[in-house]
Amino acid sequence: MAYILKVDNLTKSYSSGNRSLTVLNDVSFVIPEGSSFSIVGPSGSGKTTLLGLCAGLDTTDSGSITLCGTELKTLSEDQRAVLRNQKVGFVFQDFQLLPTLTAIENVVVPLELQGVKNADATGRELLEKVGLGERMHHYPNQLSGGEQQRVALARAFSNKPQILFADEPTGNLDEATGEKVTELLFNLNKEAGTTLVIVTHDMELARMTDHMIRLKGGKLIENKAAL
Amino acid sequence: MSTPRTSKAGFGWLLKMAWRDGRASWGRILLFMASTILGIAAVVSIQSFSDTLKDNIALQSKELMGADFTIDTDKKPNERVTFLMDSLGGYDAREVSFASMASFSNTDQTRLVRVRGIEGNFPFYGSLETEPATAAANYQSNGGALVDATLMMQFGISPGDTINLGEISLPVLGALEKAPGSTSMFGAIAPPVIIPHQFIGPSQLVQLGSRVDYNFYFEDTTTNLELLDQKVDPILDDENADMDTHTSTSSRLGRRYENFGKFLNLVAFIALLLGCVGIASSIHIYIKEKLPSAALLKCLGASRKQTFMIYLLQIAFMGLLGGILGVVIGLLLQQLFPYFLEDLLPVSLSLSISVPAVVSGLLLGVLMSVLFALYPLLSTLGVSPLATLRKQDTQNALPKKWGWGVFALILLSIFLISLWLLDNAKYAIWFVVGIAITFAILSGVAHLFMQGIKKFFPKHWNFEARQSLLNLFRPQNQTLILILAIGVGSFLISTLYFTKDMLLQEATLADQQDNPNIVLLDVQSDQREGVAQTIEGNEMNVISDIPIVTMRVASIKGRSVNDLRRDTTSTINRWVLSHEFRTTYRDHMVKSETLLEGEFIDSASRQGVIPISVSENFARDTQTNVGDTVAFNIQGVVMTTEVKSIRTVDWSRMEPNFNIVFPAGILENAPQFRVFTTKAGSETVSAQFQQQLVKLYPNISVLDLRQLLSILQDLLAKISWIINFIASFSIFTGIIVLFGAIRSTKFQRTKESVLLRTLGAKGKQITKIVALEYLYLGALGSLIGILLSLIGCWLLAWFAFETTFTPSWFPFLVLFPAITLLTLFIGWSNSRGVIKSPPLQVLRRGS
Repeated sequence: MAYILKVDNLTKSYSSGNRSLTVLNDVSFVIPEGSSFSIVGPSGSGKTTLLGLCAGLDTTDSGSITLCGTELKTLSEDQRAVLRNQKVGFVFQDFQLLPTLTAIENVVVPLELQGVKNADATGRELLEKVGLGERMHHYPNQLSGGEQQRVALARAFSNKPQILFADEPTGNLDEATGEKVTELLFNLNKEAGTTLVIVTHDMELARMTDHMIRLKGGKLIENKAAL
Repeated sequence: MSTPRTSKAGFGWLLKMAWRDGRASWGRILLFMASTILGIAAVVSIQSFSDTLKDNIALQSKELMGADFTIDTDKKPNERVTFLMDSLGGYDAREVSFASMASFSNTDQTRLVRVRGIEGNFPFYGSLETEPATAAANYQSNGGALVDATLMMQFGISPGDTINLGEISLPVLGALEKAPGSTSMFGAIAPPVIIPHQFIGPSQLVQLGSRVDYNFYFEDTTTNLELLDQKVDPILDDENADMDTHTSTSSRLGRRYENFGKFLNLVAFIALLLGCVGIASSIHIYIKEKLPSAALLKCLGASRKQTFMIYLLQIAFMGLLGGILGVVIGLLLQQLFPYFLEDLLPVSLSLSISVPAVVSGLLLGVLMSVLFALYPLLSTLGVSPLATLRKQDTQNALPKKWGWGVFALILLSIFLISLWLLDNAKYAIWFVVGIAITFAILSGVAHLFMQGIKKFFPKHWNFEARQSLLNLFRPQNQTLILILAIGVGSFLISTLYFTKDMLLQEATLADQQDNPNIVLLDVQSDQREGVAQTIEGNEMNVISDIPIVTMRVASIKGRSVNDLRRDTTSTINRWVLSHEFRTTYRDHMVKSETLLEGEFIDSASRQGVIPISVSENFARDTQTNVGDTVAFNIQGVVMTTEVKSIRTVDWSRMEPNFNIVFPAGILENAPQFRVFTTKAGSETVSAQFQQQLVKLYPNISVLDLRQLLSILQDLLAKISWIINFIASFSIFTGIIVLFGAIRSTKFQRTKESVLLRTLGAKGKQITKIVALEYLYLGALGSLIGILLSLIGCWLLAWFAFETTFTPSWFPFLVLFPAITLLTLFIGWSNSRGVIKSPPLQVLRRGS
């Protein structure tokens, strides 16, 4: 089976004062194309660091990551940015919308970066799909948490990504809103055929994915298909 | 798979994003922009006014001179000069002018005036403006005088009264309001009186030692004046005469005003720099808040350059907008200048918009804003996209060399702009060094202050006092920028006060001590005894009776002046080659002189080498040292001398000082006249003495130093007004920077205040904390500024003026409390909203 993400013997350390802190230690796994995947583990286990490295937001100390057929180590920061723009989508725990842009403007940023003409039409379509057709000219601070996360979902799918990374997508939402957002996330994912990688504490959410890995103290302690 | 190519979003997208991101922050951006507006307005107004003035002077060059060209000399033209003038077709009008005392029939008062005896239809361009207007046309045929309008008003003279000049009395025909060649600035010292040339001889005012100017006016519209000047001037130089064309005169005049404009431009530029420091500080906080957005943009695929460009464009646009507003305000301000400077301007002005000033205003707006925002802006390059996941990763530390690079770029730009404003590399370097030192000292003291508080924190102080001190080094504090803004503003105002004090002190010193306040010029040898008796008859003393012998330099170190004039490689200062020196002889040095080199020879005989003493200025300009020979032409007799000593001379002392001093025993028999100095105890005694003297000895000119001092004070008041006006832009900029700095940290302070209130602090306590915080800042900033200025002025007095400096108390007693209270008021009024914010609302927003 073809894979979209391959992580090989990945190690990452951060220095804190004079001390070096190993956050990830010799982690390896593969994510098949089109699957859904969750990374779970307690706080401080290295989940978010792993997500950031896999998405090319940071560089590895040793080991390699191959994303969408490209080894990230060989790319410069700007080249990794272009790769993200063309093939990667993101959903964050705290929504991460640009506060000075309206909902639709936020959604079309990845398309505009690609130089796509008439990006607004795609943006409108996506916002209607997530149920925010009436609120597309609102600023983030005029939207509720759930609405902001739906805008973030629309943005994440706007560039038709091959892989979507979601970092605790329901972490900042109440239960009911969280459920709606989860449903929307999986529906959109299914529709677009995107590979989904979720970092979460929420075991219920993790169980909804095809595969799950568990980290503890920076080490991969479990790698299995989700129950 | 191939390596991903760069993002396709072009410049249009960057503009769009800059606009989108900026529109939510326009209020804040406008406030940053306001910091530069006043500085740009000041620079543009002065630049545009200087350009307009220069253009007006050039356009009115003929009216300024009244002729196409003139030939002037300070002695009766000799045959060669006369022949040359004849070969040019002969002069069309001529003038003899000199200073003399005048008295009037209607009043007992006397006054030093500039007599201008004119023959011919002068001026050929422009006009003599008189009241009544017919007086200008009739004074020659009716044999009357045109008297300076201000003088007529001061003395209550009306047309029909009589003016007495030497041995003649003429009817006053009209008030002279404007004449080519007379400026109101110099007119204040010796107001002009125009009479027909034919009365000069009968007045018997032109005697030995009289400083007389002979001007010959030519009307010639066909000749190429530049070529003529090149051809004729060297010939005239040899004869100690000079040719001036209307264009060369106007460009010389233009340059003189340009220099004053350059100085004002620097004062304005300081306002702009202060505003820029405000920008740097506000943008620092602004960009810090934008870093999460920058990280997100990178996460979504924007390159480092694109992210950087979005914010750069915002700042550049803000600078452009500030530039546009600054230019508009500057051009409006320019309209006010002619009213302030009316008496100092040589021409009537028709104001226009100077395109270079407008362009430079816009460029300055963009350049300075971008430059000073560059360092905080660079952090958008360093921000990691990982910051979207981890808050602590917002900032990758910028390499130190970037900071130094930006600092070097800022210094270089300030140097280049000062060079452009001053047109002199040496002065530009000094300006940059001065600015850097001032800013460095202010920042250093602010830094030391904060370190000092940390180290010696007054733990026993009450809660409010301690809390307000702690606020000075809270995260994102604006302590440094506020101390800089307040300090530079206070520094500027107090420097202006101290400098003015110093200049006036120099002038008034003579009056305070037992120094002369009346100088009598052109006393002939045979009048010596009589003049001394008149002085003593008025219960005054002759303080000095100084012999004066006029002479010109004939050769320097064996090379004749004509030879030196032709030598284009000679670096000897040209003025010494044609100047008529008034020299003296004596066997001692006087109070205003200090021996610098060699030995002052008290007496000598004409046998052998004649030893002389020269001033430091003369030695420098003639490039002579002790042991060098200088020959003088003393009214036809050439005398070779040797420089035996070099003296420094305190020219600022209002008493006769000399470049060249001969020893006793050489010049006693040379044709000479004398200068007397005396001191009048009161204005009444002075006036009475002058009336008596003018009646007895009409050829003697009286310089009333007290009168001169009041003219100087008037002039200084006018000049300092305009300097104060431009410097006030720094003050207002400082206030805006202060305002901006306080606004930038408003949310932070609101949060702090709310937390304190949640924990039980009363509104009154929070008000006290805020008030004390700004009281510390205001007091510290203004005190450092004033002290720094005091030290600067003291050094200036010590090294440049070589005088003791007694500073005015004004900056300490008025400026210090005023600025401190102003800071406190601005701080407090901007924090009222903070104090009143409902805690819950703020806590929610904060979370």
